[in-house]
Amino acid sequence: MKLLTENSGKTIAEKILSEHSSNKTISPGEFIEADIDLVMVHEQLGGRIHKEYEKLELDKVWDPDKIFFILDHWVPAPSIEAAKMHQDCRKFAKKYKFKHDIGMDKGICHQVLPELGFAKPGMLIVGSDSHTTTYGAFNCFSTGIGATDVSVVFATGKLWFMVPETQKFSLKGQLRENVMSKDLILQIIRDLSIGGAEYKSMEFHGDGIKSLSIDSRMTVSNMVVEAGAKSGIFIPDNELVEWLKGRSISNYKLTMPDDNAVYVEEFNYDLSQIVPVVAKPASPDNVVPVSELPEIKIDQAFLGSCTNGRLEDLRQAAQILKNKKIHPDVRLIVIPASKEIYLKAIREGLIEIFLNSGAIVGNPTCGPCFGGHLGVLGPNEICISTTNRNFIGRMGDITSQIYLASPTTTVASALKGKIVDPREV
Amino acid sequence: MKEIKGRVFLFGDNINTDDIIPHRYLTLRDNGEIAKHVLENLRPDFVQNVRKGDIIVAGKNFGSGSSREEAVNVLKVLGIEAVIAESFARIYFRNLINLGIPALKINDVKKKFSEGDILKISIKNEVIVNETKKIKIQMCKIPKFLVEILEVGGILNKIK
Repeated sequence: MKLLTENSGKTIAEKILSEHSSNKTISPGEFIEADIDLVMVHEQLGGRIHKEYEKLELDKVWDPDKIFFILDHWVPAPSIEAAKMHQDCRKFAKKYKFKHDIGMDKGICHQVLPELGFAKPGMLIVGSDSHTTTYGAFNCFSTGIGATDVSVVFATGKLWFMVPETQKFSLKGQLRENVMSKDLILQIIRDLSIGGAEYKSMEFHGDGIKSLSIDSRMTVSNMVVEAGAKSGIFIPDNELVEWLKGRSISNYKLTMPDDNAVYVEEFNYDLSQIVPVVAKPASPDNVVPVSELPEIKIDQAFLGSCTNGRLEDLRQAAQILKNKKIHPDVRLIVIPASKEIYLKAIREGLIEIFLNSGAIVGNPTCGPCFGGHLGVLGPNEICISTTNRNFIGRMGDITSQIYLASPTTTVASALKGKIVDPREV
Repeated sequence: MKEIKGRVFLFGDNINTDDIIPHRYLTLRDNGEIAKHVLENLRPDFVQNVRKGDIIVAGKNFGSGSSREEAVNVLKVLGIEAVIAESFARIYFRNLINLGIPALKINDVKKKFSEGDILKISIKNEVIVNETKKIKIQMCKIPKFLVEILEVGGILNKIK
């Protein structure tokens, strides 16, 4: 472990953590207490959080204005048990006077939170979901926590952190047609392995970033946790500033690393060399180029989730599906990540393309990604999915299998009934 | 902290939270009901065989995946008193400590532990005795900050 001296520069993670703590000269490995800017909670509020928090016997939360509460996993409730969970969530949010009770019609937490302007550069955000790392695309330090940690934040507004070491990823070049940022992050996870970034912060640099839209960056930051990372933060640039301006988001602090920041490891990626890949069952690091796969017939294809249900994803998928029909043995499920995306996709005619191709279009929710509802897999079924985890039984029966892929690979495969390279359709 | 004594249940690398408790049981919300399904995809007999005081020993990256704290709480419900692994996924590590369960990092676990071994763990002395194999294993130093959380039985007791 490299120890920082007082003269050492800081990485983005070190800067944001030190700015939120009383300890200004922090080093990786050190334990600090930091002030939280925002905590995101979803159904976990009615799962374990409310029970844990009530043990503290407090009649209020530290700051009802700094809690973002949304229902997204089981929306609308597919069972009586899920409905009861939602009731407990709403009751808690009312009792403690949450100011930002987003409800269940807006979409998936990691999409809606930035859309509504809650993720601003320089913020320290935590959430009751492992994919809270997504806000790294907005130059935030953001990470997932459990129910007890959320209760601690509700009570005190603070949380303990071990300062992570930082890995630097320098990107250059541009992705080729129908290759997507999902292929890049899957390639990175393969190269690091599933625990290769354990307890580390990943930081993304280089000219290659410019060619990645905010949608594309969110997919990368979303999946860093699959390599074990604590956060995955992009250097801020003009693209981000324009995005924020487009949503009238102000009052933020762009955070750059120091020139002499200390990185534990450095990696270089040429985006033009990335090819369509899939993660085979049952680990996100079990990644191979699509071209090296034997013939794999599929039963289901899923386009959606906090990883890949964004407008750019739907646009690229629609381009492939336009005027075509999916294979008769395949079910294609399309779920936009938010209502905003859904509306735009309707206006742009994308939803019509999906429906005409034979797809089933669902309302914004996490749904099938974790085997919750709207597309649960049966015994021995094979699914190609734009989601983030392909663990055993993740989307349904324990004998079902999941191949993780980009939106273009997923829908191209739905057309052919087997996993194919989207550049060949 | 009192000494922990129990049997080893040995697991491999990258045991994830979907393995520990599949998402489909999370809407049950009753801890006892959820705990009936712990590790059922990997070892359907685990819940039947485990008893209070037992210890989970695993390889690298234990607890990767989701932030669901149920995946720690169910172990607590079943009486698991410590988890030893070559490394832990970070959210899982936090959740263990926060709920007052020692998360102990030990290298080369397969050389040091076998299924069913009886272990005696002293957090205070930072030592694990494998009574079956008759070996003594020194732990990495546990930061004082974490020991303080474990000593009071979890972080909520610390901030109360």
